[in-house]
Amino acid sequence: MGAEGIGARIARKEDKRFITGKGRYTDDMVVPGMKHAMFVRSPHAHAKITGINKDAALAVPGVIDVLDGKQLTEDGIGNLICGWMIHSKDGSPMNMGAWRPLADDKVRYVGDAVAIVVADTKAQAREGAEAVQVDYEELPSATDIEAAMADGAPQIHDEAANNLIYDWEIGESTATDAALASAAHVTEMDIVNNRLIPNAMEPRAALGLYDEAEDHYTCWTTSQNPHVARLVMSAFYNVAPENKLRVIAPDVGGGFGSKIFIYPEEVVCLWASRRTGVPVKWVADRTESFLCDAHGRDHISNVKIGFDSENRITALKVDTIANLGAYMSLFSSSVPTYLYATLLSGQYNIANIHANVRTVYTNTAPVDAYRGAGRPEACYLIERVMETAARELGVSPAELRRKNFVTEFPHQTPVIMAYDAGDFGASLDAAMQAADYSGFAARKAEAAGRGKLRGIGMSCYIEACGIAPSQAVGALGAGVGLWESAEVRVNAVGTIEVLTGSHSHGQGHETTFAQLVADRLGVGIDTVSIVHGDTDKVQMGMGTYGSRSGAVGMSAISVALDKVEAKAKKIAAHLMEADEADIEIDSGELKVAGTDKTLPWFQMALAAYTAHNLPEGMEPGLKETAFFDPANFTFPAGCYICEVEIDPDTGVTEVVQFVASDDFGTIINPMIVEGQVHGGVVQGIGQAMLEGCAYDAESGQLLTASYMDYTMPRADDIPSIDVSTTKTECPSNPLGMKGCGEAGAIGSPPAVINAITDAIGNNDLTMPATPQTVWAAINR
Amino acid sequence: MASISMTVNGRAVSGEAEDRTLLVEFLRNNLGLTGTHVGCDTSQCGACVVHVDGDAVKSCTMLAAQANGSDVKTIEGLASGGELHPVQKAFHENHGLQCGFCTPGMIMAATEMINRHGASLDEKTVREELEGNICRCTGYHNIVKAILAAAQEMGGAQQAAE
Amino acid sequence: MYKTTYHRASSVEEAASLISGADDGKLLAGGQTLIPTMKQRLAAPSDVVDLRHIADLKGISVAGSTVTIGAGTTHADVANSAEVRSACPALADLASNIGDPHVRNMGTIGGSIANNDPAADYPAAMVALNATIHTNSRQIGADDFFTGMFETALNDGEIITAVSFDAPEKAAYQKFPNPASRYAMAGVFVAKSGGGVRVGVTGAGSDGVFRASNMESALSASFSGGALDGASVDPSDMLSDLHGSSEYRANLVKVMAKRAVEAAG
Repeated sequence: MGAEGIGARIARKEDKRFITGKGRYTDDMVVPGMKHAMFVRSPHAHAKITGINKDAALAVPGVIDVLDGKQLTEDGIGNLICGWMIHSKDGSPMNMGAWRPLADDKVRYVGDAVAIVVADTKAQAREGAEAVQVDYEELPSATDIEAAMADGAPQIHDEAANNLIYDWEIGESTATDAALASAAHVTEMDIVNNRLIPNAMEPRAALGLYDEAEDHYTCWTTSQNPHVARLVMSAFYNVAPENKLRVIAPDVGGGFGSKIFIYPEEVVCLWASRRTGVPVKWVADRTESFLCDAHGRDHISNVKIGFDSENRITALKVDTIANLGAYMSLFSSSVPTYLYATLLSGQYNIANIHANVRTVYTNTAPVDAYRGAGRPEACYLIERVMETAARELGVSPAELRRKNFVTEFPHQTPVIMAYDAGDFGASLDAAMQAADYSGFAARKAEAAGRGKLRGIGMSCYIEACGIAPSQAVGALGAGVGLWESAEVRVNAVGTIEVLTGSHSHGQGHETTFAQLVADRLGVGIDTVSIVHGDTDKVQMGMGTYGSRSGAVGMSAISVALDKVEAKAKKIAAHLMEADEADIEIDSGELKVAGTDKTLPWFQMALAAYTAHNLPEGMEPGLKETAFFDPANFTFPAGCYICEVEIDPDTGVTEVVQFVASDDFGTIINPMIVEGQVHGGVVQGIGQAMLEGCAYDAESGQLLTASYMDYTMPRADDIPSIDVSTTKTECPSNPLGMKGCGEAGAIGSPPAVINAITDAIGNNDLTMPATPQTVWAAINR
Repeated sequence: MASISMTVNGRAVSGEAEDRTLLVEFLRNNLGLTGTHVGCDTSQCGACVVHVDGDAVKSCTMLAAQANGSDVKTIEGLASGGELHPVQKAFHENHGLQCGFCTPGMIMAATEMINRHGASLDEKTVREELEGNICRCTGYHNIVKAILAAAQEMGGAQQAAE
Repeated sequence: MYKTTYHRASSVEEAASLISGADDGKLLAGGQTLIPTMKQRLAAPSDVVDLRHIADLKGISVAGSTVTIGAGTTHADVANSAEVRSACPALADLASNIGDPHVRNMGTIGGSIANNDPAADYPAAMVALNATIHTNSRQIGADDFFTGMFETALNDGEIITAVSFDAPEKAAYQKFPNPASRYAMAGVFVAKSGGGVRVGVTGAGSDGVFRASNMESALSASFSGGALDGASVDPSDMLSDLHGSSEYRANLVKVMAKRAVEAAG
């Protein structure tokens, strides 16, 4: 590694604009003639629309137009789609109801968009939206799983009888039941994975611009994957053909999954721009973000795990019901199936696994991928039940896990995944040592002397990242391929542009991707620019989610660099009259091995473009493209240990120590990787102790619709985090990378809850373990 | 409409705005200073923190008219003469930011915090005083580290000057 | 935010005249509650009269044992006041934990008590300190001033100019913050003085700030945490919401009261 190459802990290139206030987010974009939009949203959880009167709104000064769902339908704008087909176990396709960008007959959750008001100013648009009179015939609503599945529950979509979307299974049911029946010990639990609201700090926004002269659309939007947005808006929503639609995602202020999906607002802003003839900008206020951004998690499960007399796991049986909200969002169907049940083997050798998953519609915001997406739910389930089993069996939680670890690779689980590499014992050892696990008893005694309940809990997680290969996900129902593309463009003066389909929304791609180039070519990272987030600039892309930008996105760059290097060597060999095989690239020069002949990188590049003296038959230029499609998922894994102290009088829980030991394979920039773990762990602590989305069961109103009621982790809620890594390289990509974006959020919740239940001596505790919840559990 | 005049980042500025215009709207829309962000509607996230007459305030919770005649400093005015402010430098060196959206408010809050506490700032105080600034990316770990590093540097510089 | 007209007053008299001339005017102190409420379109005053530039409303003075705090004094100024810290450290501590630093730089004691948010901190202190609320037309005892959630004895257009109280022998405030909003879910201010012990409770009561009279009697007999062991808090008098049931709040009131007594020493 060079000073700036792979493994270098260097500060980020992109920081300067953010720390000086020069970042450019969608809301910062201004175009000539731009007007402002406000959506009219349903105040009801479930209602028929019986009429819309726009007269008063159109009379509000500054209001340009009010557009509704009927007009949208007339103009042929299509339904929002779910892009992953799941079949029920009886072979029938999932029961998907229509999601109109603007509801035209019925609203299905509080916040459902009904109309858009375009006005000169945002304040006028808001006044116009308040003046639109929508007549509703209210219907009974169901916001949670039990209510949606109850006899006589309100029918939310005609297509889904009893609100059931699919009833899916994986694994061998009969064998699993038999193994459980003959187990020496069975631990059974009911487990709830609480619903979360993502809350990227930058609210979603869209600016739609229709250019009538060119018959061309431009959409600036807060997207993790602008090319996917263009594909979906073009192929399914019928906004415009791809060649007439440019999607630009400028700086994006966090996403955590919530900015993967293509929402009604960007579609409607583009359409409204054509309808009104003015550029239309919409920026969500925070309450709209709470109401309308796709939420995460929301599972209820029953789990049974069987052990033989040696405490080896013999079987795992899981029955899960997931709430998908009022509409099926883009990847919603895959989250509680292929991103969840395929990880139920955890880090363990389990011969028999069966999982049944049902999903239901409810009168709530759509639920889709949120940091971890399915894997946190799997990890929470398996790590809570392992901890509980250890308590029931009277054995050390660490040793029960260790005894059951997968230790030989590759390892085929009974639920599709084939783990390719790992050393689970190494991360367990590292975490236990960092946490001074053996000193816990003394610390607990000391805390007891101060009247505090102290507890310790661990979690050994595994996840699947990269979300690939295309052929495999296609066979499982994915509507898209999950490769990534890169173009490496060497300019005539030797500077380099990397065009990538990955799109940073905080991950630091402008630095880490440049580090890869620096490592390969020995050039400084300042001579490398990363171009992303614009479908007119970047060839193609699938975007940034599922911890895939390193393992898939950078691998594509690596393959493109292979091609660049090969051509550069040919040119250098020709110019230095040497054998191509003898050319080495080092420190910004091309050298002939074993001689003192060198050619500076920029001279080779210049030669490629002057084309005065190139090898016979070679095309001028030096620019190579690659599409990388990996052979397998990657499998980051690790061990987290949490230690808490609880005030029994109030239930207040303090995380006094949090240790993370992760195996991410190759690491490009340790400082950035640590930052990802810190952020993920705190989101996981948030899920475990602070964050809980609540709807009123009667009215269907979202009760946690602002920071007054939804508890975001703040700096004084959490401690500093002890982060370290172990390493086994991933064999299925050229860099050996596994991905680090989601691990923290996946591994931490069970560690926290295992610690709290250890402290209070009561295992019956649901997330979020707020002071009130913990106090009630202590006093139960 | 109100006529608003104030000093922003050392420069006298003026403009017309409705009386209901918030300071953050005036900064962003009238003056084009888009470094100050809006992240919530309930005055809690702190993405909009600027200094008004030396005090850190939430510019989403103040009318522009209230700041009429005041001396306002935003993130754009923190660096001077091409030199980053020590807090900006510390956020960069300690990876105290990821998506960057909360960063301007964080830096403005941190700068005022250090001005009040000096080099004696400790981790507990920093965490408590960040109550009004929410970050979703960093888990605060490196923000706290950056503020402590900047406090050391600024406190040290202060001591050397005294 | 709905349209409004902004006025800046430079004296209490000017403010009184401006507010009386307004259709449906609101006094704007630090604005840390009023502005968010207006942003959410839950308040739509025709006019707002800004009190922040009235010099007479600012400042802290101590004469003998009487502490007087101008209504326009910010939470930050109370928190950092050497006079308050010396006369009644509990009040300085309370002020230093209201909201966050940015809110404390703008929010004022007058604004807080005039709004009488059931989860605000200052009302508990005012009641426990038996403070006097001074307005531009009269003086009102704290017991009479706070009349229920968001309700006070203030007449339309009446302007709080200051609060005053006699420094207590011992006092302390303990707050249990709502995990999300950080407003008090149970805040208990305990003050012991020659006249006995007073206990003000905020955040928990279903009708706003209140005095816990059974605790006051117990503590008058013996000013110790243990004296509250037998004191009961009736859950049916408590607020109940997502963050705390009435039973939980009743428990918190007792725990915070004991801790306040212990902190007061």
